[in-house]
Amino acid sequence: MQNSPALDAHGLVKTYPGGRGRPPVTALAGLSLTARTGSVLALLGPNGAGKSTTVKILSTLSRADAGTATVAGHDVAHRPDQVRRAIGLVAQRSVVDPMDTGTENLVLAGRLHGLSAGEARTRAAELLDVFGLADAAHRRAGTWSGGMVRKLDVAVGLVHRPQVLFLDEPTTGLDPEARAELWAQIERLVRLEQVTVLLTTHYLDEADRLADQVVIVDHGRVVAEGTPDELKSALAGDGLAVELGLGHDAGRAVDAARRVAGLADVTVDGATLRARAARGAALLPPLIAALEEAGVRVEAASVARPGLDDVYLRHTGRSMAAMAERAA
Amino acid sequence: MSAVVHTAALTARQLRAFLRVPAFFAMNLVQPLIWLLLFGQLFRSVAQIPGFTGGDYLTFLTPGVVMMMAMFGAAWTGAGYIQDMERGVMDRLLTSPTSRTAMIVSTLAYQSVLTVLQTAVLLVVAWTAGVRFDGGAVGVGVLVLAAVLLTVVFGALSDAVALVTRQHNALIGISQLLAFPVMFLSSAIMDVSLAPSWVGAVARLNPFEWAVVAGREAVSASTDWGSVLVHLGLLAAAGALGVVAATAAFRVYRRSA
Repeated sequence: MQNSPALDAHGLVKTYPGGRGRPPVTALAGLSLTARTGSVLALLGPNGAGKSTTVKILSTLSRADAGTATVAGHDVAHRPDQVRRAIGLVAQRSVVDPMDTGTENLVLAGRLHGLSAGEARTRAAELLDVFGLADAAHRRAGTWSGGMVRKLDVAVGLVHRPQVLFLDEPTTGLDPEARAELWAQIERLVRLEQVTVLLTTHYLDEADRLADQVVIVDHGRVVAEGTPDELKSALAGDGLAVELGLGHDAGRAVDAARRVAGLADVTVDGATLRARAARGAALLPPLIAALEEAGVRVEAASVARPGLDDVYLRHTGRSMAAMAERAA
Repeated sequence: MSAVVHTAALTARQLRAFLRVPAFFAMNLVQPLIWLLLFGQLFRSVAQIPGFTGGDYLTFLTPGVVMMMAMFGAAWTGAGYIQDMERGVMDRLLTSPTSRTAMIVSTLAYQSVLTVLQTAVLLVVAWTAGVRFDGGAVGVGVLVLAAVLLTVVFGALSDAVALVTRQHNALIGISQLLAFPVMFLSSAIMDVSLAPSWVGAVARLNPFEWAVVAGREAVSASTDWGSVLVHLGLLAAAGALGVVAATAAFRVYRRSA
């Protein structure tokens, strides 16, 4: 099993009944992915893209209608018991029992995974220490802050030293400070415990920071995959963004921009005109001049190295940052 | 072996939560105490109806109220699952090697502990109100055993309903819908020989009635142990069937996940 990937899925299909005469909902339409042992794979995509369904199938909570998958070398459909021994799950909702203390939550999880009472207590103390929760160990988890509970969630998922850890939107709902802290903990633990992680997220910075490999999913399919750097450099050159003035004519702006030699992928999203260029800084002045000449007022302009949002925009036709803002 | 460890660990988890909020225990006792003292007064003259074979009404009623308390308490067994589903706790348990049978049995074991404690309190109140059982300690022990078996039957049913419906409202609705007819189609508060004959016929098929008969017979002066054993056996069989059915309900839960 040394050389086989920790996660390997081929052509996963899952449809949910629509209910009350509505057509069925296709959550996964032939999704495939592979994660090598010891790596962090991020599934990136908006709500409803199929991220959680993928986690449910790989963690044996749900069964795929079609396709095959192995986790730590075990087939999820035929050997769910073997898979369950090898994985830890940090679900979107907290897996912690608020009526139990931190220690009790961890010891129970350890006992259910076959640790002896003594081993479970030792491991609980060790994890509480690593996550900086030792002071709250004997307080009921119901009285903890959201950030602390989320850390305990991750600790619960790690109690039995799993080969594969599923982190389903681990930092959703946390404030920026708690998010940054949890990221640092996850990074440290992945190195320490040598666990393979499948992370789902709709935060681009989270995927950029934690993942070795990013898989972008949309409508139940993989639309792009690679390391964050590969994905970004696949987009030739820099991104140019120009904020257009009020009452702008989008069509005229695009036409004017397209006449500038060396610019590619010109799009308008709201009041922002975006384009790509091999050397963005050199093309910004001619772009502004062309827009002003066409009677389009320019409020602000910038050049940036491509980020994952640009990658996402390229592959799905939607800006994730904009969608997240709209959702918030 | 691991199933035993899992059952113990999960039962202990529920007992810890119970000890932290003991108010629930008191709340669950209020209703049976009202039944015992109110019905005991309200229907006292039932014992004067010609043909009533139960002797003193409060003594007749007490085993019935013990079983009502056990059944109404057990109807809530599945509520803990729904809480676990609303959080990620259920998903965590189901993606771990935790024995499914242990998950069911632990809820029944916990609910049985509550039944035993509540029965003890209720019997003390009944004794204070003047109830004396001729069956003695052995009889009371069998009464408690019947209440525990009844808890298992209805607790397993409640678990299954919770796993299939996944909603508090559905669980409350279904248990209310079932519990009242089941309670009145029995000899819990009324001698069925005084009711229309179809009531007696239905009651004989009612697991709740089996528990009432076994418990009442066990604490009576001249216990028919054959009848007690048959009814306890029927209850145990229904309980075992319930555990199997509830464990199978996990498959329904997984299919719709």
